[in-house]
Amino acid sequence: MAKRSAPEVNAGSMADIAFLLLIFFLVTTTIETDAGLNRKLPPIQDEPVDPPPLKKKNIFQVLINQQNDILVEEREMELKDVRQAAIDFLDNGGSGCDYCQGKADPASSDNPNKAVILLQQTRETDYSTYIAIQNELVAAYNFLRNREANRLFGMSFTEMEADFNDAQYNGNKDQLEEKIKTVRDLFPLKLSEAEPKESN
Amino acid sequence: MSKFKKKKSGDLPAISTASLPDIVFMLLFFFMVATVMRENTLMIENELPYADQVEKLQKKDLVMYIYAGKPSARYQKQFGTEARIQLNDKFADVSDIKQFIIEERGSKREELKNKLTTSLKVDGDTNMGLVTDIKYELRRAEAYRINYTTKNGDASQNLE
Repeated sequence: MAKRSAPEVNAGSMADIAFLLLIFFLVTTTIETDAGLNRKLPPIQDEPVDPPPLKKKNIFQVLINQQNDILVEEREMELKDVRQAAIDFLDNGGSGCDYCQGKADPASSDNPNKAVILLQQTRETDYSTYIAIQNELVAAYNFLRNREANRLFGMSFTEMEADFNDAQYNGNKDQLEEKIKTVRDLFPLKLSEAEPKESN
Repeated sequence: MSKFKKKKSGDLPAISTASLPDIVFMLLFFFMVATVMRENTLMIENELPYADQVEKLQKKDLVMYIYAGKPSARYQKQFGTEARIQLNDKFADVSDIKQFIIEERGSKREELKNKLTTSLKVDGDTNMGLVTDIKYELRRAEAYRINYTTKNGDASQNLE
């Protein structure tokens, strides 16, 4: 009897099937953006409370008008200079701050715990400008926090946060949280957003 | 008659395409893994601004999305060119946000309710007035954790 060999399956159309699936996934793919600036909103107060008294020198005022011009401490400023101006303000170390490295200018903030950044914009300001300013202010805080974290723990603050959020991190998370909190307390994020101005 | 026939020379042998499916499958798997199915069909323009100090949004199921921007070209006849809010698959009013948050919160497990984050996907050309209204509504709905979702890039690109 003749030996019967199994007929070979023609795999030529496999490529077509794979192409079909490939094109389907190509079309449906949207690389979603899932990163951004995290913020916490303040709760609404029922009765208007008198704001705690703040010295004028402890306030860093940033205004954006409807033409997207930036006014920092009553001086017009380019976006690229905002970061350094905020760092100088926060890190000034006028009094009661032994880790600040600023110029200790008596006309600028006392210490990072008292320094408040006030951001105000009009209703006509573009969202993209607002985000750019927010980004620069966060960058200023991150810069200072990184510096302190490196000095105290030999590790940058952003790295510590990334590790903390990483589910696969196999170090001591409680200890890490403690460290993050320490650095945060050195430069607490005090960003106040006033209601936008009515422009007329 | 020779036993050793001379091979015909000159003709190039056909290129084997047997490995083509493998290559295609490789691409296929990449796209299958990288694909995130869009939950909402966008009815607005949504060109997000740039920022470089970004933090990643953590668990996807704990995020609520609020979109805002100009209606895209095919909806402009009906809805005009004024920036609007989109919740799920339809245009919404500022006053609908509170209800939306309450509904979203209701669909989540009890212990996760205070971990919900609201992601604001707002077009860069939108006026801050609308964003402020959204933020005020979120405060009324007690959804305090927000994330300004941005593209990763240098912030100075926003001003161009």
